[in-house]
Amino acid sequence: METLRKFEKVWEIIDQNGRDSSRLIPILQAVQAEYRYLPEEILTFIATSVGISPARVFGVATFYSLFTLKPKGKYHIRVCNGTACHVKRSMDLHNALQKKLNLRDEKDTTDDMLFTLETVNCLGACGLAPAMVVNEEVYGQLTPERANEIIDDIINAEAHNEQDTHRL
Amino acid sequence: MNENDFLIVDNKEIPIEGEQNLLELIRKAKIDLPTFCYHSELSVYGACRLCMVYVEGMGLVPACSTPPSPSMNVKTNTEDIRKMRKIIVELLLANHSQSCPTCQKSTTCQLQALARRLGITEIRFKNQSKNIPVDDSSPSIVRDPNKCVLCGDCVRICSEVQSVGAIDFAHRGANTMVIPSFGKDLDKVECVNCGQCARICPTGALTPKSEVDEVWKVIHDPNKMVVAQIAPAVRVALGEIFGMEPGVTTTGQTAAALRAIGFNRVFDTSFTADLTVIEESNEFIKRIQKNEFIPQFTSCCPAWVKFVEQYYPEFVHNLSSCRSPQQMFGALSKEILAAQTGKKREDIVVVSIMPCTAKKFEAKRPEFIHDGVRDVDHVITTQELGRMIEEAGLNFRELDPESFNLPFGFKTGAGVIFGNSGGVSEAVLRYVTEKLTGEKRESYEFTSTRGENGIREIKISLAGKEFSLATVSGLGNARQVLEKIKSGQAFYDFVEVMACPGGCVGGAGQPVFTNPVVRQKRTKGIYENDRMLELHKSQDNPYINELYTSFLGEVGGHKAHELLHTGYKSRKRIADEGMSLSSSDGEQTIEVNVCFGTGCFLKGAQKLLRDILVHIDTEQLGDKVSVSASFCFEMCEKGPVIRVGDKVIEGCTLEKAALAIEEERQKVLGDKTVNSMQ
Ligand code: SF4
Ligand code: SF4
Ligand code: SF4
Ligand code: FES
Ligand code: FES
Ligand code: FES
Repeated sequence: METLRKFEKVWEIIDQNGRDSSRLIPILQAVQAEYRYLPEEILTFIATSVGISPARVFGVATFYSLFTLKPKGKYHIRVCNGTACHVKRSMDLHNALQKKLNLRDEKDTTDDMLFTLETVNCLGACGLAPAMVVNEEVYGQLTPERANEIIDDIINAEAHNEQDTHRL
Repeated sequence: MNENDFLIVDNKEIPIEGEQNLLELIRKAKIDLPTFCYHSELSVYGACRLCMVYVEGMGLVPACSTPPSPSMNVKTNTEDIRKMRKIIVELLLANHSQSCPTCQKSTTCQLQALARRLGITEIRFKNQSKNIPVDDSSPSIVRDPNKCVLCGDCVRICSEVQSVGAIDFAHRGANTMVIPSFGKDLDKVECVNCGQCARICPTGALTPKSEVDEVWKVIHDPNKMVVAQIAPAVRVALGEIFGMEPGVTTTGQTAAALRAIGFNRVFDTSFTADLTVIEESNEFIKRIQKNEFIPQFTSCCPAWVKFVEQYYPEFVHNLSSCRSPQQMFGALSKEILAAQTGKKREDIVVVSIMPCTAKKFEAKRPEFIHDGVRDVDHVITTQELGRMIEEAGLNFRELDPESFNLPFGFKTGAGVIFGNSGGVSEAVLRYVTEKLTGEKRESYEFTSTRGENGIREIKISLAGKEFSLATVSGLGNARQVLEKIKSGQAFYDFVEVMACPGGCVGGAGQPVFTNPVVRQKRTKGIYENDRMLELHKSQDNPYINELYTSFLGEVGGHKAHELLHTGYKSRKRIADEGMSLSSSDGEQTIEVNVCFGTGCFLKGAQKLLRDILVHIDTEQLGDKVSVSASFCFEMCEKGPVIRVGDKVIEGCTLEKAALAIEEERQKVLGDKTVNSMQ
């Protein structure tokens, strides 16, 4: 029933915005807040509901970096590749994490939906270069080993949670 | 603005006479300023920056989007501008897959032409082209993103002129691309195959899909009898490829060329256009008498037919059931030639030569394939025939004219004017006026059906009744007309629609043109052709009359229905998988699938879905029933539609749904008891 609740929420959002194609961006924002990403079928549905072509909706959704069309992992890792971090070899971090999480450039989210790995241009923490962010938390002056440890900690914590829920 | 207003372009005074932008004035000064993203038929986009000019006091401005004002001093060729143009073109080339000699657009590509014009001999930037896969999923269009210069012309023609919007810009920065929604293949989205995007695309990024190789193959196969049918609009455009003026009729040379290439018979689609007139007019008269499915829509343009199937399911039955002349020809010629020559159907190969990319799609529609053999085996465009003639080394202009084969090579002018927007209406009027009044008319022209407007209305009174017709070209215009009919603002008895502006003479398979004057000359050529022919009314075609007596029997009769008519169904716009809304955890699941396509949504799918879910909840069926939403079962006119198991329920209500679920449950229970008894 969870999916239905979300879907009904989409109708609501569209109706609240008067089925108005000029309100597309607020509609997409609200829908993304609900799903954490923009599923394809929902975009098609939005397009028909506000009377514009799905290709245009897709264009808008891919133009703004605030929208994402792929479901993201629970932990969103962003490794900085701005100038300061780059010269401090931040791509080594990125490569190490890719290897550890078994990811590739075309596949940035783990199958268990736990991690998404991306790069960004400057986190505004250049003094701490090389830096990365996991969800809201910033880590600086990293080495590939240190980055791996951070991920291990998260994996361990998650495993404990799992056990707790099972015990309940 | 004053009558004597003028401005100065490269030291010459040019009068301002209502032009909207500097570009028009510069062209009036006979200067061919390079442009990629400006077209008089589209909105101004101003992205390519090729049209930059220097205006005293203003500096560099894009000519296409700068309004003229009196006494401006415009320079189009300063040193800075020349340098800048070169850099723009070099940058475009650096981002471009450089495969010019093998590109379909090779001789007509504007990027190539510009590089030559600007004398670009080297590219100072590193090649950045990315090797993105080519999309050749569509039967009509090939999309090669590696050749796209992002001018947006295709995006605007598809949404502004055709109101389809199948392709658009997506992503951003260096990753910007023009693609169908969700990056799907073109044949999985709402594209109607009109090809107008490929016509306007300045490069080889969008091109009509070629079937030339397949056609050579059958020509070289001694077991095949290869038959050509040539569409009306081709004859006034083919010559352009060989340096002739647009509008010059080249039927004689074309017939000669086709035989030289190796076609065994050369026929004329105008013959079956004559046949279409007879069938479609009689269908029209019947509908008027019964007052059923009025207005009647023409059905000879496959892009228009797909458009109705996708967007206007409530109107599919208004489409004439007549097949297009191309498809009538295929079915009829195979049947008759097989009987005459004793050849098997699969050894008779019909190749159409069409101005059109949508005809390639039409020929592959499953309704027109019998026992794995298509009624029309291959469709090549005017451009493709031009290429074959070049490959064969024929000196087209010098060929001694030959005539078409009989009987399918004989036509009246009515069958030829099909190539123009308004032609079908006029041809039908030439028939219906005589049929309804029972009198022969001296004249044959109905000039009110002619003209350049995308929507033209014609009123005519016949046998004491007023008839109202509309001839429409461009699907955006068609959408306007349909919306008016729907809302009761307009009423027509007959509506002709051609997807391409101006009709088939402006089709995407014709020699590439961007200036509407070229199309207008072809239009004139078609009407001249009509005047030059001996007969002008389909009912006067002796071979058609003979065909009815000796083979078809009655007009609209049994045989005619089998070979000349067809049916339509509503069609989903985008291929998708549907979305699960609640799934049962029990092992025996009843699948309930609710359509949420536009058609059903408007007919109350939303409330129905909610009711069904409440029902499942209150009846505690949650562990037995899974519910999902889909987008369109292609029966939109009967919405809301749901599917329970494999049973489809039209015009569904909660009661019907509940009953179907219950029946399905009994069935599942029944299966179980049977199973446990065994
Ligand atoms: S072929 Fe026609 S409908 Fe399809 S993308 Fe091109 S312009 Fe649009
Ligand atoms: S596909 Fe052609 S028309 Fe469309 S944006 Fe690219 S270059 Fe321009
Ligand atoms: S108007 Fe003619 S050329 Fe254009 S899509 Fe229709 S049939 Fe083809
Ligand atoms: S460059 Fe990495 S934080 Fe600024
Ligand atoms: S033609 Fe003016 S900017 Fe492209
Ligand atoms: S919208 Fe097409 S069947 Fe429901």
